[in-house]
Amino acid sequence: VNSRLPTPFRGLRRRLAERAAESDIWEAVELARHDSRPYTLDYADRLVDDWIELHGDRAGTDDHAIVSGVGSFRGRTIAIVGHQKGRDLKERAFRNFGMAQPQGYAKARRVFALADRLGFPVVTMIDTPGAYPGVESEQGGQAAAIAQSMLAMTRLRVPTVACVIGEGGSGGALAIGVTDRVLMLEHAIYSVISPEGCATILWRDVNQRRKAAAAFKPTARFSYELGVVDTVVAEPSGGAHRDVDRAARLLGDAIALAFDSIEAEPVEQRRALRRAKFRRMGVWLEDGVLVGEKEHDHDPAALPPE
Amino acid sequence: VARDEETEDIQVEVEREETPREQPPARAKLHPNTCPVCKSHYREDELRAVLRVCTVCGHHFPVGAEERVDQLADPGSFRPLAEGLRSADPLAFTDLRPYTERLSEAEVATGLGDAMVAGTATVAGMPCVLCTMDFTFMGGSMGSVVGEIFTRASDVAAERGIPLVSVTSSGGARMQENILALMQMAKTVCAVDLLQESGVPYISVLAHPTTGGVIASFAALGDFVVSEPGALLSFAGPRVVQETTRETLPADFGRAESSFEHGLIDAVVTRHDLKPKLGQILRLCAGGTLVPMEPNGDAAVPPPGIVARVMRFLRSSQHGDPHTNGGPA
Repeated sequence: VNSRLPTPFRGLRRRLAERAAESDIWEAVELARHDSRPYTLDYADRLVDDWIELHGDRAGTDDHAIVSGVGSFRGRTIAIVGHQKGRDLKERAFRNFGMAQPQGYAKARRVFALADRLGFPVVTMIDTPGAYPGVESEQGGQAAAIAQSMLAMTRLRVPTVACVIGEGGSGGALAIGVTDRVLMLEHAIYSVISPEGCATILWRDVNQRRKAAAAFKPTARFSYELGVVDTVVAEPSGGAHRDVDRAARLLGDAIALAFDSIEAEPVEQRRALRRAKFRRMGVWLEDGVLVGEKEHDHDPAALPPE
Repeated sequence: VARDEETEDIQVEVEREETPREQPPARAKLHPNTCPVCKSHYREDELRAVLRVCTVCGHHFPVGAEERVDQLADPGSFRPLAEGLRSADPLAFTDLRPYTERLSEAEVATGLGDAMVAGTATVAGMPCVLCTMDFTFMGGSMGSVVGEIFTRASDVAAERGIPLVSVTSSGGARMQENILALMQMAKTVCAVDLLQESGVPYISVLAHPTTGGVIASFAALGDFVVSEPGALLSFAGPRVVQETTRETLPADFGRAESSFEHGLIDAVVTRHDLKPKLGQILRLCAGGTLVPMEPNGDAAVPPPGIVARVMRFLRSSQHGDPHTNGGPA
């Protein structure tokens, strides 16, 4: 039927459909960045007992944009490393808007090493617009810090789980995201660049950010479809901030399930399996044949109902 | 009413798309063979012959992926791998133009399948796996194909026990593949992890520019990291840093010389010195024990026959290639 419509109407209908998808996706972006959305420490508070926060990179700096610590999670001692945003103006500045500097990734690496030595499974919480783009960060080796953090994660012997809890922005997010399982909250986003950055570069106009977001689809469901996240974790209706206790419980259940499934795999193969997981990522054509598209069995536990 | 407004809005947009978009004020366009520093102009064959380095002021012009192979690999020694890979469009991505259109245009313009070329070669007589990037192919951006080519190249190096050499030139991850492009950072790091576990050396050469997701993944992880003079090597671009911090950036912000001063790279090497320098590093690496190390520093049992395989490869590449001058003692 659509093909019989005169061309202008066909264009109009397509544009209206696009507009609808655009507003859905933009809603996800806004929820992921919501002012009262729970941050890493809010979850740590609710997920573990006997929490001890660990500070500093042992080389002169404590980056407040990354928090870390150990605590007892349902019978296991685990280490948590995550980005931390601030809620009011003062705290936002203190946390540098959740944008870590090289020292923050060095802090993460130090805690990963500690966890590996002492046998604490690692949970990371991803919530950052990106690594901090500053002159000193660059001179301090921001790029290498991110690469080395990823490399350190591929080598851990303990089970590792990453949770994208808010904004998963670029390399600064992935720096703590190379884990055995990757969970993503229903209303979180995960992308290679912010919608604003993408709009500025490809549309040459920051005001096209809604279009950019709609084009690169940073939502949890889409990340799951592409095989980048293993489980999409349901949030209380309206978003995690509506009922933080319940959101933390749901996330805790998903983390516990992830640990169980990782521990069911042979421990001596853990590194190889983790490496294999990331090496499978990507979709391309090889001699004209599409390779790498994921065929999901749509495990009901892996995706909340729409 | 809302619907009418929306319709009106859309029509306005359609009109706007028909008129040519305003371009940002462009700097006076120089011919690609004119030196942007001293304005010396070169014929194409002249520029090629001087390795695309300005003979007057030393400015390094960009080099394409295949020409870079010609500059570094001994004549006739390059055997390409992973040639049949092309980008798909998993997100059905369209910005001002569809991703597929940009891809075909880049293929036509460069004659390449994507932004990276890889193969086995000898460099100054030393066998290695060589990957080079092409900035003219969509800004050298890393999508699924670049990630896969690098991973395969790295695997070949790990398996055969021959060093990996990469020459990068990239704006970073390819936005048109969004999250899959981001994951190529993790994928290539995993490849380097296996390479390091196998005790195989990795030399990373950073050409102008190497930024974003490429400098923040495999390119940063070389055992040896060298750069060409003047190359921009920052994670975030100067404009982003400027806009975020509102500071005046130092004139050499993110440049190779500044990175060297801050201990981020081992050396700044001019293009004319690059091949001899690679030869020197590769010879030094061949003098190592070739026994893989575990991360805790214990020597691991070498994989069965690795030494034999390396020797076989060394011999075969020398015999198979009459142009190779000399080899490891």
